[in-house]
Amino acid sequence: MPLGPRGELFRAVPESGLVVIRARALERRFGRKRALRPVDLAVERGQFAVVTGPNGSGKTTLLRLVGGLLAPTRGELEVDVDRGRLGFVGHEALVYRDLTALENLDLYGRLYRVPERRERIGRLLERFDLWDARHERAGTFSRGMLQRLALCRGLLHEPDLLVLDEPFTALDADGAALLDRQLAELAGAVTVLLSTHDPVRVERLATTRLVLG
Amino acid sequence: MTYFADVAALARKDLRLELRARDTLPAMLLFVVSTLVVFHFALPADAGELAAQGLLWLALVFTALLGLARAWAPERESGALDGLVLAPCDRSAIWLGKALATFVFLGVISAVALPAFAVFFAPVSWETVAGVALANAGICAVGTLLAAMAAASRTRELVLPLLFLPLAIPLVVGGVGASISDDPGRFLAFLGLYDGVFALLCWASFEYVVSE
Repeated sequence: MPLGPRGELFRAVPESGLVVIRARALERRFGRKRALRPVDLAVERGQFAVVTGPNGSGKTTLLRLVGGLLAPTRGELEVDVDRGRLGFVGHEALVYRDLTALENLDLYGRLYRVPERRERIGRLLERFDLWDARHERAGTFSRGMLQRLALCRGLLHEPDLLVLDEPFTALDADGAALLDRQLAELAGAVTVLLSTHDPVRVERLATTRLVLG
Repeated sequence: MTYFADVAALARKDLRLELRARDTLPAMLLFVVSTLVVFHFALPADAGELAAQGLLWLALVFTALLGLARAWAPERESGALDGLVLAPCDRSAIWLGKALATFVFLGVISAVALPAFAVFFAPVSWETVAGVALANAGICAVGTLLAAMAAASRTRELVLPLLFLPLAIPLVVGGVGASISDDPGRFLAFLGLYDGVFALLCWASFEYVVSE
């Protein structure tokens, strides 16, 4: 259910055990600057939650809090997913520029203990149209290719919770269509928390919407 | 065993990055050799071997500082540290992998610096070699942690020496002592104790450096 102009909340917070992300009065400040106004949020298992709002409204901050990359200044946040079952795609690709696409994914595959790592990496690189560039350094990639590589990294370990911060950024039409298909496949099977400036694009998948103001 | 598999994967990644980019090691090699050459000409002819031993340790510590300043650069440039922090591996494995890779770099530096010292100044004793190996371990343990702390700061180039050099003083004392003392075992034991204590502290505290 849509929400308040301040983005406090858009739906009641259920008390069921199915809730994967639960935030109460979650707030984050950097020094004196408030990056995220107090927000309540509940996302149940399998839901597709879309976060929208203008620049500076705190979308990225909220997603980094959920990802565990930031700690709240105030409020409560519970994320009922093991660290190894969370996939995170942020503004940066989080890959090493002097490693090839294959080496980057192999490193993360080892750290996430991905079974049948090489096969899984190969499938993802093919799906995101990076197979031919697999031996090229990530630093030579275009912004769109880096975003595809970031998506490969985020999906590599088949996460239960996928956090995507403006994932369509820098993707060309083909890349965006590819991501549309990927998200449609994941919808329902994986809990997704996605921020975007283009909510229309994911409207048909969204089960939950949060407007930050 | 998965912990050590993670450490090995992370250390291998750092070695591969350096072999490919050659950002740090060549600069460190050039620096340590240049420093020894400068000291060779700066030191009066009758200064003696004791003064030269002190200069060797200065050269090694400042060369290590040069390398430590770049230690977390690959993670900083691409946000890859967030990727590592998100991974389910123990966060201390990130520190240990980086420290091991840095230890290898310092080993290469020492393998060049000690023969160069022998050419310019005086023969190198086994006590000096043992002291350098132990001091390198301490430098890697402490320096890797402090470099990670400094990497989060905008003034990292200033912060790292300010944090590192005071903590390197015991290493210099122990190293010089091992090189010139009649009882080097005492100083080598001191360096071993320093390594053990600080490695444990850094291993336990790295989690708090990379998380809020």
